[in-house]
Amino acid sequence: MSEAPLASGTGREAASDPARAAAAATEAILRDTRDSPHRGVVVDSPPGAGKSTLVVRAARELASAGEQLMIVAQTNAQVDDLVDRLATADPELAIGRLHGSDSPPDPVLERHTSVVKSTKVADLRERQVVIATAAKWGYVKGVEPWRHAIVDEAYQMRSDALLRVAGLFERALFVGDPGQLDPFSVVGAEQWAGLSYDPSASAVVTLLAHNPQLPQHRLPVSWRLPASAAPLISDAFYPYTPFRSGTAPGERGLSFGVVSDGSGPDRVLDEAAASGWGLLELPARHTPRTDPEAVAALAQVVRRLLDRGGVTVSERAEDPVPLTADRIAVGTAHRDQAAAVRAALARLGVTGVAVDTANRLQGREFDVTVVLHPLSGRPDATAFHLETGRLCVLASRHRHACVVVCRAGVTGLLDEHPSMEPVQLGVMVKFPDGWEANHAVLARLSEHRIAWHP
Amino acid sequence: MPLMETLAKAQAVAAGRAQPLATVRHRWLSDQPLVFVPLTTAGEVGAPLGALVGTARDAPRLLAVPQPRDRDLRSAFLAELADEVLPYLMSYEDRIALEAGKETDPETGKKVAVERELCVDAPQLIVPNTAGVEYVRLLGRATRFRRTAEEDPAEPHPAPSRVPLLGRWLTHYGERARTPGSALLLAMTEVLARHWATGQSGLEDQHLGGLLAWLDPPQGMDGAAAALHAQVGRDPDGLLRCPPAGPATDPVFDNTALAPAMTRYDTARSAGADTVPAEREIRALLESQLRPTWDDVWRGIDLLRALPPGGHVEDRWKRDRWSYTGHRDRLRAGEPPQPKLDDAIAAAQKLAGRETAQVRLEAQEALDDPLVMAGRRLAGEAFAGEVSAVEMAYSDAKVPRPRPLLTVATGDLPHLDEGGTVYRALPDGRTQEARFMAWAAPGVLVVQLLNGMGRGKAPDEGSVPAPGDRVCWTLFEHTSRSGPELPDAEATPWTHGGPPTTALSADAPDPVTSEDYL
Repeated sequence: MSEAPLASGTGREAASDPARAAAAATEAILRDTRDSPHRGVVVDSPPGAGKSTLVVRAARELASAGEQLMIVAQTNAQVDDLVDRLATADPELAIGRLHGSDSPPDPVLERHTSVVKSTKVADLRERQVVIATAAKWGYVKGVEPWRHAIVDEAYQMRSDALLRVAGLFERALFVGDPGQLDPFSVVGAEQWAGLSYDPSASAVVTLLAHNPQLPQHRLPVSWRLPASAAPLISDAFYPYTPFRSGTAPGERGLSFGVVSDGSGPDRVLDEAAASGWGLLELPARHTPRTDPEAVAALAQVVRRLLDRGGVTVSERAEDPVPLTADRIAVGTAHRDQAAAVRAALARLGVTGVAVDTANRLQGREFDVTVVLHPLSGRPDATAFHLETGRLCVLASRHRHACVVVCRAGVTGLLDEHPSMEPVQLGVMVKFPDGWEANHAVLARLSEHRIAWHP
Repeated sequence: MPLMETLAKAQAVAAGRAQPLATVRHRWLSDQPLVFVPLTTAGEVGAPLGALVGTARDAPRLLAVPQPRDRDLRSAFLAELADEVLPYLMSYEDRIALEAGKETDPETGKKVAVERELCVDAPQLIVPNTAGVEYVRLLGRATRFRRTAEEDPAEPHPAPSRVPLLGRWLTHYGERARTPGSALLLAMTEVLARHWATGQSGLEDQHLGGLLAWLDPPQGMDGAAAALHAQVGRDPDGLLRCPPAGPATDPVFDNTALAPAMTRYDTARSAGADTVPAEREIRALLESQLRPTWDDVWRGIDLLRALPPGGHVEDRWKRDRWSYTGHRDRLRAGEPPQPKLDDAIAAAQKLAGRETAQVRLEAQEALDDPLVMAGRRLAGEAFAGEVSAVEMAYSDAKVPRPRPLLTVATGDLPHLDEGGTVYRALPDGRTQEARFMAWAAPGVLVVQLLNGMGRGKAPDEGSVPAPGDRVCWTLFEHTSRSGPELPDAEATPWTHGGPPTTALSADAPDPVTSEDYL
């Protein structure tokens, strides 16, 4: 991130109370969105800092001021989720859901009478808020531009996608998480590396390269991450833009009704319940991507998590809440690994647990996550597996605890594979690099290590 | 690395010979390609040392620069190269056919039918390796902005008239080579490595001699030994038996053979003596380095020609022909040379085109080649199986359409999401879509056909598989949609810096700096 002035989130007087700090940051963002002389406002949001809440609030404020606005999100799931939140928060708001002819909106939206759905923008132009994916907006031509836009998940949007839609609005609020996975291209784009408008770069990078004077804000509090996780994620992935947790140590808790049977999975669950982190370390070995032992261990951890009657305590509810399958996720680096875990869980009779890759878990939240370390069992550490965002997504989805399953020897593997991506002139070096972040996370995880021979 | 490739490499190590990665040829090969083997001067970027070039296997033309640091000689080399390459490149310009197409009428905004010229064939350039492709780009960059005496009489060092034109063609070929599946400019190592797996690393495969050693080892030698011999074997003079395929030269050759010969040339020249003997010596030295690579490239062509072309190769070559015809038209319209840097719109357009091409290439290669499809099946991206039952069903529409349910037994493990779409190629080349319904039992799944069965109440003959048929479905689409259109360059939005300034696109040459005359 550049050293651009931070307009909010650094106030010392607000440091004492997370809720006050967050409210002050939000007010400053909304003020700039309404009144700033600049055409854009950029908001960096760490994991679980209330990005969606901010988007809903900004949309409602603009609409209540009599403005019409468009919202750009990146996937259909994100759009449906946003429509649902917005319509729930303000049933009076006239919302238009623009969608592709072969991607109908989620049936969940049927319950909102204020939402009109169409494949043609002309049907929706008069609605107060029109929401669609960046891909769908790209096809919109020949309408009067909107005065306001909100671009959600702007760091995951590619520069060329923004190029296609930026003509549709006069000014925009860009919201996103700089620490998550960068957008990518299936073909090489080195030829444009270093150009301010590199089409494969993130939309925010291009935007700020051309408009460095835009106000930049930051949401300072993660409401999702527990006090045990926020410092690690902040230090490892956001070293220059620290954030903190909204809850204090001890405000959240995870406990089990059934005592440990002494096995590796049970011991690592106890460790994670007590400290928020657990590392289940399998013996060192080079394995295929779908390492059968690691996959079985992941499935076993999830099985025991459900069998042991976990309950969570948090600021959200007075009484302890049972930990159910829909509040658990398994994260992997590759799709075939996710498929293997799904199959293993099905064999153990577990259903309803989300099992997916980091790319697809982005933006989602669970109580407990069980993660297969991207470097587990690998003979090499490629740029893909070292990507900072991948590890950051996997390690920042949980409200209570995160269990990482990994083969021993990753520290040595990292030391044998220093990052060696070519340095491109004009490209901002991203800090921290994946190598550094991986070491930081491993160092912390090693304090919660349970070695296990399955 | 995909599992199939890992397996093929392991098998190559065990067998001591390269193993096929494809059963058909996935790139177009011209009947009359132009092979270009360039050499560059060590330590001097963009200073060509020599080249073998031509379309006749037995009669390559040798171009040599006896003193690469002499700009006049370098210029003469480029003029000779233009003489050799341009007639070949332009010989395809006038053999045309008319293609029906649609164009938007600028006045009415309506689509109107037009006929456009399309060259019936296009010239194909083949270089030994990817560094060679990079060198073609470098030569294009170095020459397309040169000024000729006709363009600018005040130019102190005018370029021969054909040199800028050569630069524009080389630039076009160099850019086109970035499009996945294109064949206007091929790197031999890349094409060979696409079709065969060796028992060495991808990096080692970029050594053309080493790669061919695995593909076609000499009698009584296994691939590993032959490759090692090709990589490090030296003759009694210390020179490599298999010189590098360029453009970089072997440092030992530079130091022990080339440098002394150049010194003799320089001495003769500064003494005003006859330079011809020294020049002849340098030419012979360069030929000794170039000829083995030249022969290797042709050996590679032989190996590739032995494979039958894949079904979609001609379709992709037609796109290359459009690319060639388009560049011909731009030249004829008197457009300026390609800019130094793409503007925001051009960059996004190129990236979008290449991403579409990549998706299309991956799908077409799998459809053309059962071995490639096997790799996709192994990766869970496709499945093949035998239809065990067909149950007729109909859609809920007012006029019910056939939507038969097929039960398929497969040993594959596709990564199917419920309700996900799968695709299969019909015998007539169309694609039929189906919806994955559920796993009926382990290894038995149900799909529902969605289209491609004609307009009637009963499905068209042959559009629905019968029990006992073996069918292959893919989870990936067979065609690729190009995304939405981009705005015009003049409409570049504020987020991307607004419309490009003319300074970037003007064809003004780089300002001359003191470094140009070091």
